[in-house]
Amino acid sequence: MQIVIAEDSVLLRAGLTRILADAGEEVVATVGDADSLMTAVERHGPTLAVVDVRMPPTHTDDGLRAALAIRQRWPSVGILVLSQYVEEQYATELLSTETGAIGYLLKDRIADVAEFLDAVRRVGGGGTALDPEVVGQLLARSRRQDPLERLTRRERDVLSLMAEGRSNPAIARSLVVSDKAVEKHVGNIFTKLDLPPTEDDHRRVLAVLQWVKG
Amino acid sequence: MFNPFRPWRHPVRLLRAGCRIAVSLPISIFAFVIVVVGLALSVGLIPVLLAGIPVMWALFAFSRGLGHVQRSKFAVFDGTRIADPVPPLRRPTWLGRIVERLRSTERWKEIAYHLVALPASAVSFSLASAAWCGSLTLALLPAYVNRMPGDSAKFYFFEVMNDGGVWLACALGVVGIVFVAPWVTLGLAAADRSMAVSLLGPSATAVFEAEREQLETRRSAAVDSAEGERRRIERDLHDGAQQRLVALAAELGAAKERLEHDPVGGREMVGRAHDEAKAALAELRDLVRGIHPVILDDRGLDAALSAVVARSPVPVGLDVQLTVRPPKHVESTAYFVVSEALTNIARHSQATRAKVSIANTANRLVVEVHDNGGGGADAARGTGLQGLRDRVAGAGGSMYVISPAGGPTTLLVELPCRS
Repeated sequence: MQIVIAEDSVLLRAGLTRILADAGEEVVATVGDADSLMTAVERHGPTLAVVDVRMPPTHTDDGLRAALAIRQRWPSVGILVLSQYVEEQYATELLSTETGAIGYLLKDRIADVAEFLDAVRRVGGGGTALDPEVVGQLLARSRRQDPLERLTRRERDVLSLMAEGRSNPAIARSLVVSDKAVEKHVGNIFTKLDLPPTEDDHRRVLAVLQWVKG
Repeated sequence: MFNPFRPWRHPVRLLRAGCRIAVSLPISIFAFVIVVVGLALSVGLIPVLLAGIPVMWALFAFSRGLGHVQRSKFAVFDGTRIADPVPPLRRPTWLGRIVERLRSTERWKEIAYHLVALPASAVSFSLASAAWCGSLTLALLPAYVNRMPGDSAKFYFFEVMNDGGVWLACALGVVGIVFVAPWVTLGLAAADRSMAVSLLGPSATAVFEAEREQLETRRSAAVDSAEGERRRIERDLHDGAQQRLVALAAELGAAKERLEHDPVGGREMVGRAHDEAKAALAELRDLVRGIHPVILDDRGLDAALSAVVARSPVPVGLDVQLTVRPPKHVESTAYFVVSEALTNIARHSQATRAKVSIANTANRLVVEVHDNGGGGADAARGTGLQGLRDRVAGAGGSMYVISPAGGPTTLLVELPCRS
């Protein structure tokens, strides 16, 4: 997988490069601000761009705006947005593009290298990776608290993991239950929330998130 | 642009002005009589064994009461609040207090108002009633001119017969009702009000002084709040991230030693250090975000509060209805209020549900935080609430806590939005 990294902290940029290189991915360019990111993506046409939200020039949401611009001009480039804090509003803006290969994670997650690499590969492969914190915010802000309360505790856990973009086997591993049990929970959730069933993990994320947003 | 119909845009206001002019006359007569008699008696009786002094005392007491009546008249009919400028008495002795009254400009201005009010309200009343009655008489002339002796109406030198003249008079009357009488009424009412404001209200310097004092209070509240905030950050860093980093360094140091002869145990220790580092990160993130999140500047209150609400262990409903974006310092204060209130709720209230509502008008922002907990929150005792109060006061706002024992609790904060 060819990866471009945009991150203004030199230390973290080096760390990310090492982690990805050690995992056998090819880091084709590393940049420190939003404008150079656009240039790098144009030149290299990578599989994935890993983008920090807060970057020069304005140090607010430059990375996010660059990510949305990349999504518009080169829709085939996967985008993994990293941030010191995750915000439901930013997630909504990212997901409004309606296509796959989107990720939005706390920078803290890099510390769990295996999970981070899993997210990188998921997004690079066209899937979704949303931080549990984002999913928590989305669920807390949902206008549909009542139907959510009809879900059992286990079903809510499964719903959160689904919204993070995980596949059924991954959910089963994370909750330490069988694949069969997860499939049953997923079926129940879709029936209770009156959602059309879908096999594709990414479509499933969008369906769930759209339902949550109401 | 001048709009001749303006008085009719608010007919109720016009009616109130008229009523105030009518009510003023009897009040003023009463006040005038009492004050003139009181003044004359007290001055006249001074040589007679100082008998004037108790009379003077009574005069001041009456003038004071009548001043209140006059001020409330404006509050009732106009909604104009005229602040009572008379300072409270400080001297302990009866005689000292009389002297204090005698030397108070505000009290003499009050008495002056009672003296001026009678002629002023008499003139107002006559002019206003003449304008209305005269106009009405003329306007209705065609209806009754035929019942008049000789089928004609006499006005001083003019005599109007049942011909074109009647309709001219009628037209004049209509003009009087539509334009002249309303303007006269409003004008007289406004004149009376400005007289009352200058004689019964506080002087310009007193108003200025009060504003200065208020600003001073605000400033010290802002300083206290910033001070408290700094102390809290210091404490949080000291108790949280700093301790964790110490533990992390110690753990890593021990692991380095251990790894040489016991790789399994060493790896376990590195794992613990890793967890410690992640916990420190999470704590720092919470702390920094609590101070001022970037998204607040970027996307505003609604977006910024998502994370605050999601982090609260008590389920919180959030309803933000903003028609315009408030100034930055107001957003920042509102954000602080909600975060602090939700922290307090999680710590002390035993609530199972909370609701945050934010709405604005053109010039203020209202934040309401409601919970179904045990109640009994008291700003005088809780340091959390005191910090909130200081921060709100520093922004020129006001805070109300309604929290009966047994709950529920409502925290209401109003922030002015002038930038």
